[in-house]
Amino acid sequence: MKILNKALLAAPAIAAALPAHAQDAMSLDERVNTIFAQFTGPFVNLIFAPLPGTSFPWIVLWLVVAASVFTIYFSFVQLRYFSHAVSLVKGDYSDPDDAGEVSHFQALATALSGTVGLGNIAGVAVAVGIGGPGATFWMILAGLLGMASKFTECTLGVKYRNEYPDGTVSGGPMYYISKGFKERGLPGGGALAILFSVFCILGALGGGNMFQANQAHAQIAGIVGDYPGWITGLVFAGVVFAVIVGGIKSIANVTEKVVPFMGILYVGAALVILLVNYDQIGWAFGQIFAGAFTGLGVAGGFVGALIQGFKRAAFSNEAGVGSAAIAHSAVRTKEPITEGFVSLLEPLIDTVVICTMTALVITISGQLLIDPDTGLYMLDGSAIATVDGNSGVSLTSAAFGASISWFPYVLAIAVVLFAFSTMISWSYYGLKSWTYLFGEGKTSELIFKIIFCVFIVIGAAASLGPVIDFSDAAIFAMAVVNITALYFLMSIVREELRSYSERLRSGEIKKFAH
Amino acid sequence: MTTKLVIGLDGEGSGDRALSYATDLAKRIGDCELLVAYVIEWSPYSFQTAEENAQRHKRREEEISTAMSRVVDPAVEGLKKNGMTASGIVRHGDVAHTLNTICEKEGGHQIIVCRSSEGGITKRIFGSSTANLVMSATVPVTVIG
Repeated sequence: MKILNKALLAAPAIAAALPAHAQDAMSLDERVNTIFAQFTGPFVNLIFAPLPGTSFPWIVLWLVVAASVFTIYFSFVQLRYFSHAVSLVKGDYSDPDDAGEVSHFQALATALSGTVGLGNIAGVAVAVGIGGPGATFWMILAGLLGMASKFTECTLGVKYRNEYPDGTVSGGPMYYISKGFKERGLPGGGALAILFSVFCILGALGGGNMFQANQAHAQIAGIVGDYPGWITGLVFAGVVFAVIVGGIKSIANVTEKVVPFMGILYVGAALVILLVNYDQIGWAFGQIFAGAFTGLGVAGGFVGALIQGFKRAAFSNEAGVGSAAIAHSAVRTKEPITEGFVSLLEPLIDTVVICTMTALVITISGQLLIDPDTGLYMLDGSAIATVDGNSGVSLTSAAFGASISWFPYVLAIAVVLFAFSTMISWSYYGLKSWTYLFGEGKTSELIFKIIFCVFIVIGAAASLGPVIDFSDAAIFAMAVVNITALYFLMSIVREELRSYSERLRSGEIKKFAH
Repeated sequence: MTTKLVIGLDGEGSGDRALSYATDLAKRIGDCELLVAYVIEWSPYSFQTAEENAQRHKRREEEISTAMSRVVDPAVEGLKKNGMTASGIVRHGDVAHTLNTICEKEGGHQIIVCRSSEGGITKRIFGSSTANLVMSATVPVTVIG
């Protein structure tokens, strides 16, 4: 909270300083960066503190253990109910009389538009660039395990959402934590819900905002040449402001329709590159498996690959973070657990499919430099040396560009649209947390929306290091609170699962004829 | 046995011709019941923002209420004034598919619609709702020009 207050106090001051120093752009970017790193440093250090006597961040273990516990506790729900989840998304179990309500497909697509984006493009490049191709193996494993975390939180999100008299809904961890703890007679639910909301606001400003603005700027600057980040920030802030404050739905509507198209185009391009280089796919998977257990020379060895893989997977698919529970809670269903089943497809699509494709393209592209004598990756500091010193989204861009020369331009548009779409989604998640803390109301909502837009400018102006650290830290802090609550509430989900599976087996729950 | 006719309206003025034809036909048949149906075009596979999802139920109720008060209720009232037994229904979905589903579910014997008022590229690519209904309906369809 203290950090939030400091950040909030700093934000308007930085914004106010922008016009006066516009002519001194580089020093302004540097100043923003320094102030930002100074404020967020202690928070970042706490979240990523290593386990005593190791270099292994405790938070990574926290996420892995939770996903594994949920997987075992629900007896591999992600495998047993996978085909049922697909049937639900297809609408096989949707009552035709409910047509016009939010469908399972729409809830999944909305949640995916908040997660599929820079995490899959830039995040994977960061993971592979530091942890090597081996990080992909751990990323896939984290994605598969994370499906159970997503199932747990989204079931609770629908079960304990608030339904208001006017027909609108608000849901998410803050609601299931407070209501679920109360229902079970557990103390501390209110405090945990408040803590989650605070971290969610930070996450919305970090990963859901600054990281997006930062990488979008990097991508545009890579195409048109270097220029001050705050300019990109101001443009983005203006457009986001028009949508979330001005209510210009047409921009959001266009984005929501174009983003899925860009996602399909991205996956299609990756598939084409993989098909053209089909003879290298076996080698790339060899690098992924070898790197997963040996590191192939990356900093920190296989532990380094594991940490990067799990970190970027969590950042990309947000399993256990709690954000998806906010997005999925809008579905009107008589069975909250059906939304849990649908949500478990998210990490599969996001991480296991899309992230793996990005990782394979980067590996095959030869952008990561290998020492021909040892067969190990060459290091540049703590990261793997790349052909042009690229990292993050520029590494992915170079990897795609190596096979399809014009694709970096398409990727630049995709990155900007993905960034915009993720910002719109996270502005909603942050807003829901904000209104949970400060109450629903136009003034309260406007304050948050303005803060959100100010942080877009800061994110675009700051350099990647502090932004990515803060983004990770804020999102993982959400997971600390959310997973703690999920441990206490998972028995409720198991009861829902038992009841639903019995009725499904008995034929009480059946498909509708459409 | 009562004959049930389903009249599909699209909110345009041409709907009056469908109502007029249905009234005439019902008088000739004698024991006849009319069901006025209005389908709000909607797809479960469209993309929406989280905020739109959160407000969807409220919007759906508003859409149904508006369609009822502006299109269906006046039409039903008009039919009743002409001595017909009539009722109304509003549903969301694909127009052709939903009209046919309503007819099947309500035990309708025929669907009466007006020629489509759609145009432009949507009609060229996907065909009009009326054309789709004629091709896919499981009961006889009368299209009023």
